[in-house]
Amino acid sequence: MQESEMHEEHEALPEVEALLEAMTEELELLFERRELDRERLIPVGIHTGGVWVAQALRERLGLEEPLATLDIGFWRDDFGHKGLPDGGQGSQLPDIENRDLLLVDDVLMSGRTVRAALNELFDYGRPRRVLLACLVELPGRELPVQPDALGANLALAPGKRIKLEGPDNLRLTLVDTGEVTA
Amino acid sequence: MNLFDLSQASADVRAASPAQVQLDEQGRLRHFLDIEGLPRSVLTEILDTADHFRGIGDAEVKKVPLLRGRTVANLFFENSTRTRATFELAAKRLSADVLNLDIKTSSAAKGESLMDTLVNLEAMQADAFVVRHGDSGAAHFIASQITPHVAIINAGDGRHAHPTQAMLDMLTIRRHKGEFANLRVAIVGDILHSRVARSQIQALNTLGAAEVRVVAPQTLLPIGVETLGCQVFTELAAGLKDVDVVIMLRLQKERMDGALLPSESEYYRRYGLTRESLAHAHPDAVVMHPGPINRGVEIESAVADGPRSLILDQVTNGIAVRMAVLSMAVSGQMKARAERRGERSRGAGA
Amino acid sequence: MKRSLINARVIDPTNGRDGQYDLHLDGGRLIAIGEAPADFSAEQRDDLAGKLVTPAFIDLGAHLRDPGPRYKGSLVSESAAALAGGYATILPRPDTSPVLDSASHIRTLLDRARDVAGVRLAPLGALTQGLEGDLLANMAALKSAGCVALTNLRQPIRDLGVLRRCLEYARTFDITVVFQAQEAALAGQGCAHEGAIASRLGLAGIPESAETVALTQWLLLIEQTGVRAHVSLLSSARAVDLVRDAKARGLDISADVSMAQLHWTDEQLEGFNANFHLEPPLRSAVDRDALRAGVVDGTIDAIVSDHLPHEAAAKSAPFAVSEPGMTSLETMLPLGLALVKAELLSLPRLIETLTFSARRFGLKGGMLEVGEYCDLAVIDMEQEWRVSSETLVSAGHNTPLLGMLLKGRVEEVLLGDTGYV
Repeated sequence: MQESEMHEEHEALPEVEALLEAMTEELELLFERRELDRERLIPVGIHTGGVWVAQALRERLGLEEPLATLDIGFWRDDFGHKGLPDGGQGSQLPDIENRDLLLVDDVLMSGRTVRAALNELFDYGRPRRVLLACLVELPGRELPVQPDALGANLALAPGKRIKLEGPDNLRLTLVDTGEVTA
Repeated sequence: MNLFDLSQASADVRAASPAQVQLDEQGRLRHFLDIEGLPRSVLTEILDTADHFRGIGDAEVKKVPLLRGRTVANLFFENSTRTRATFELAAKRLSADVLNLDIKTSSAAKGESLMDTLVNLEAMQADAFVVRHGDSGAAHFIASQITPHVAIINAGDGRHAHPTQAMLDMLTIRRHKGEFANLRVAIVGDILHSRVARSQIQALNTLGAAEVRVVAPQTLLPIGVETLGCQVFTELAAGLKDVDVVIMLRLQKERMDGALLPSESEYYRRYGLTRESLAHAHPDAVVMHPGPINRGVEIESAVADGPRSLILDQVTNGIAVRMAVLSMAVSGQMKARAERRGERSRGAGA
Repeated sequence: MKRSLINARVIDPTNGRDGQYDLHLDGGRLIAIGEAPADFSAEQRDDLAGKLVTPAFIDLGAHLRDPGPRYKGSLVSESAAALAGGYATILPRPDTSPVLDSASHIRTLLDRARDVAGVRLAPLGALTQGLEGDLLANMAALKSAGCVALTNLRQPIRDLGVLRRCLEYARTFDITVVFQAQEAALAGQGCAHEGAIASRLGLAGIPESAETVALTQWLLLIEQTGVRAHVSLLSSARAVDLVRDAKARGLDISADVSMAQLHWTDEQLEGFNANFHLEPPLRSAVDRDALRAGVVDGTIDAIVSDHLPHEAAAKSAPFAVSEPGMTSLETMLPLGLALVKAELLSLPRLIETLTFSARRFGLKGGMLEVGEYCDLAVIDMEQEWRVSSETLVSAGHNTPLLGMLLKGRVEEVLLGDTGYV
């Protein structure tokens, strides 16, 4: 699925609706196989795009627990290079001790965001199980992180980055990074 | 009119301005020494970051790993249990290791110069020094001449500045009163000896307060204080009239000995904040005090403990503000170090 | 040796000379100005076209750091600095270690100076024992040993009664008293001019009144006792007014100001620059302008160096604990020429202020006198040089001009009574 720069941006990227459908199916199968109690499963979205995806999944999966949110700004590992993160909305988490969590993010690439999220979660408490659901996966993994449920596996042209627009009418767009390596 | 352009002189004999020392070429904070020289955007960034840290402080998990593996050294040349404790707490909430160096009882007491004391400490490879010193300009001196690559946080230098106190006061004001544009603020007490007052006046002006007033007898007013950007009052009722925020300063007992004041009782009668004198202020006015308070000397207990008092908030905000400046200054130094090594920052992975 | 200096501009303010004159000397004595006598044939002719020749300068109050701790300087280094700055005679301040309050100390100093110093010393002795302001020093003995004046510098005298006695006793022996006006209680622990800048920087201030109150007291007692006096290191406009009034009233009083005070104000303290930590402190622009005007109108007679060399550590400290003072002998000429260039002072007047102390204190030198030994400074007003640890001769490099390119340099100082050897 190599994207060509000559294609119109929106035409090349999948529709979010379709991705959510695919993820929902995968997760339903997963719940069965692993015998997960969906009434007690806590959806945790990573700011900002992950929160939107988590919200959508929560609705489609009919999860009971309210949506929890994670701001991983202060758990990032690039403080030395990039300094303090801007703004930040703060994390909203219930008691996660011994609970099953569905961690949700929009784009998975290096894996550092997920690692930061796990670090933060474990500062709060000790969950029993954490599942990872991502809307989109890109090449460039730097850490051993794999999603349990995935919308689509994409590859981008050099110098491009993907971004989820929202919170209404969720859609994926291409953005220039200005850098050569993704 | 200077006949010589001293900017051409050797760097060894030139003094850097507060802006030059505190901010790097990109305008990032690398030392926090003084409100003077910092633009409004930096002060606002400190307040916003502190707000964020306050949020963390309210949550179950109060720690963030930002400064994990880093060392913050407290260098207190003057006694202060409270300020040092809040800095220590702030550093620990950032997951830093904390070193308390009680300089008073060691080398400095033996007559070792400040320069010699600190050159030895540089070898300890701390990432930040929190410094409180009895000489005005000490923090500036340390940051510009001794350890420019270690973040220096000024916890109070002589009569000159106490910028973290000023910022926690600003945060407290912002959280209760919103924006500064319409605020009238009165600072009452020993302005002459107060590093807190100097920093507060500067912060209020930079953040755009409508009016800043100082209220004190003439013996406790510095010459030319109005040039700092405030109106001068020697009468409490007039000074408090319609103000939105009243900041009371602590009166030290020594002032009576120095023939600056006749007695605590006379001071309390004329300048003490009581329910009666507070009535001159706006009905919604709030009361602040950097602490520790002298009950019955500058403030009545009923006011200090009353519904308009934000004194306890100030303490909580102090931890958040100190976390903010510690992380901002250390971050600035780390970035500068990375740049010096010629690394380019990698793009954030997802 | 017979020597002729030709084609130079010669400025000799005492004798009203400013123009191109040839000078003819024999063994350091001035034989003729202008045309050489018929029987005079020079063994050495120096063509000094484009250069300036003046009487060599005399400085009141420089600190030569001797006797005293070596790391701050010594007679050898500081007298060399004086020569480099165009000075032939120094009246060194007596707050050395030990204080110069006894005849034996003065004799020891003068003996040493004869051996090692390149310049002539005309010592200032202490007015009170140890400069402590309590007991009279042996003033007559100090004078006999060679002191040209006595001073208590900035140190307080116990009380006005004691001060009066000091002045009366000095007058008995026709001794000139040099004083610096500072009222200790008003100055307190101050280290900077009491004003808006010190207030903002949180530095304890020395109010103008610390100078003017003390000056007024001294002037009235000088008037009462009839002593001959010189007030040194003025710093405020109001003080200049007081001196002007006193002179108008007929008091036998002279005054000086340091070169630094004519250039800089308390604005230089920004950033806590300890290189501008001075005693008395740099005050406001109004004060500086009045000091300049005082030099021009003659209220202030001399410009002095207030030379105080320090090791680097003395200035490497927070402002209030840094030691006050600048090394200044070697930068006097370029700083003075900058005032001339800015038309704040005429060149002859500048030379006059740098040589005034000779006349006032009854010293040889400070002017060209046919038949007398002649100290001369040969000056290149155009030569540029960079102030650095390499070019400075003084043991102290504590000057805010370090690294600056300055214009004006003394090429040579010829000391008459050495026969220019």
